[in-house]
Amino acid sequence: MRALLLRDLRLAMRTGGGFGLGLAFFLLLAVLVPLGVGADGTVLGRIAPGILWVGALLACLLSLDRIFALDHEDGSLDLLATSPIPLEAVVAVKALAHWLVTGLPLTLLAPGLGILLNLDPSAYGWLVASLILGTPTLSIVGAFGAALTVGLRRGGLLLSLLVLPLYVPTLIFGTEVVRRGAEGMALGTPLALLAAISLGAAALLPFAAAAALRVNLR
Amino acid sequence: MGIEVRNLAVARGGVTVLHGLSFAVPPGKALVLRGPNGSGKTTLLRTLAGLQPATSGEIAMPADAVAYAGHSDGLKATLTVSENLAFWAAIYGGPSIEDAIRALDLATLVRRRAGELSAGQKRRLGLARLLVTGRPLWLLDEPTVSLDASAVALFAGVVRSHLAAGGVAIVATHVDLGLPEAEVLDLDPFRVRVLARDGFDEAFA
Amino acid sequence: MSIWEYANPKKFMQTSARALPLVVGLTVCLLLVGLVWGFFFTPDDYKQGSTVKIIYLHVPAAMMAINAWVMMLVTSLIWIVRRHHVSALAAKAAAPVGLTFTLIALVTGALWGEPMWGTWWAWDPRLTSFLILCLFYLGYIALWSAIENPDTAADLTAILCLVGSVFAVLSRYAVNFWNQGLHQGASLSLDKKENVSDVFWLPLVVCIAGFVLLFVTLVLMRTRTEIRARRLAALLARERVA
Repeated sequence: MRALLLRDLRLAMRTGGGFGLGLAFFLLLAVLVPLGVGADGTVLGRIAPGILWVGALLACLLSLDRIFALDHEDGSLDLLATSPIPLEAVVAVKALAHWLVTGLPLTLLAPGLGILLNLDPSAYGWLVASLILGTPTLSIVGAFGAALTVGLRRGGLLLSLLVLPLYVPTLIFGTEVVRRGAEGMALGTPLALLAAISLGAAALLPFAAAAALRVNLR
Repeated sequence: MGIEVRNLAVARGGVTVLHGLSFAVPPGKALVLRGPNGSGKTTLLRTLAGLQPATSGEIAMPADAVAYAGHSDGLKATLTVSENLAFWAAIYGGPSIEDAIRALDLATLVRRRAGELSAGQKRRLGLARLLVTGRPLWLLDEPTVSLDASAVALFAGVVRSHLAAGGVAIVATHVDLGLPEAEVLDLDPFRVRVLARDGFDEAFA
Repeated sequence: MSIWEYANPKKFMQTSARALPLVVGLTVCLLLVGLVWGFFFTPDDYKQGSTVKIIYLHVPAAMMAINAWVMMLVTSLIWIVRRHHVSALAAKAAAPVGLTFTLIALVTGALWGEPMWGTWWAWDPRLTSFLILCLFYLGYIALWSAIENPDTAADLTAILCLVGSVFAVLSRYAVNFWNQGLHQGASLSLDKKENVSDVFWLPLVVCIAGFVLLFVTLVLMRTRTEIRARRLAALLARERVA
């Protein structure tokens, strides 16, 4: 399993494209929103938590279809399915690899973009905390969506349609943490719920995704 | 460590294509599957590999014995030859990659990226993967596509030594593999010619 | 005789063919009685005036929007566990009906909200939840239509329905957490004091029964169509092989 993780990370590094593109998209969004909304610092500061979270979500979406589609095209997925590693573990490892090359860099980049969007200084810590706890859900749910659409020729668009509604709870609790952080309110509940969704998704969704993969391979 | 199939039926896209199939391959033997395009060779191999369920019948074989090689080689273009092999060796926990590299004459290519190889070289790398799985039951789907005559002979030698070590190979192919000792199974008699009436037909009977 | 016999396509086609005229008749009667009663023979609300009468469309549609998803969840589970084709096709047939009910609930809600709240749309938790439910329906229908092999499509949509249900419930609570809204509470709960009065209540119950039957009618019809389409595909496949 470590070999699979290392291979996916190495592939992401060498192929480029995927995760660099997601980061660039995130940056673009943080530049374009003020251009559209106006330079008023108080307005930007108010919407910054939402913009950053929606941006992270969309940037994550960009590379989701690569989780399984590439392995499906070159036959690796067939070989992985007949390997001694259970397919559930393959899903979990590939979701982890996806998080390491998208969710984690996005989390690290987010405070920088917070400056551009005039985010309240007290919210930076909570921004990073909410993204660290929330972005794993994005990768796991995304892996589930990718498993559903792996055999389809134009699965990318469908994938967004399937996955985005599933992102709603994470988005709500994530932005709520940052907003409350900025306003100095208590934020234990949304933070705990955010983490709970991530843990629940990590525990259960690999099974659903592996079932979907098996259906798609037969 | 052989494989035995009893009264097997397999389906492609929900339509049964082969039925009443029974055969046994004891350890150290090879079986060559023949039949025209669309006769269900690939479907049969995928079913044996456990990638899809059989419609009916039994497959008896030891657990975790299968190494499957389909139409695509499962290679990553941006990884080198040795990285590709080392990955599959780590996944299967198989033997070291040096023997496989030597057996398929890949020694001069180990540092090259798989994307830079010719079609025949890729195929050889794909077949080298079988060796690093360390698994006894090989299921090969058109393994000699894009191999030249000398590479086919090389491949036949690899299969022969696998058999000599007590392994089993089931090969779907159109061409002569240079394995005259292998038994041949023609799939044509087992093809489904009249589609079984399924539940939806019955609904209006 | 087991209930699963009705899951046999043949048995289902026979039974539904016999039941359908009855169900259609009953649907028409109940909807006519309920809507006419509700629209023309109930007093205006002292606060909301005659706009309150949209309740006879809005509440039943909203209830059925959720119930349709629950029915899809149950039929998807039956498909996964027992692999009855009729069950999978019933789930497929119910999705567009559920989506339509969701849209009816949203549109009638907007029409009602304009005079009452002074806005067509507010990001109220209930409204938002329905919008999200609408997205779930769209995804489900899109997945069905994207996959060619019907059994693969049935399997994958069933898995999506299961996972989607969990996330739909999560979304509901998340949305509640996110914004406390304008929407009035449930009108029909049994343990509450501020229920709507009987004058409005009785025609509403008739309307709800009518909508339930309307749903049953539409799903039966659509399931029959799906079964016929599957049979057609089976016949064509046989033609190709022969």
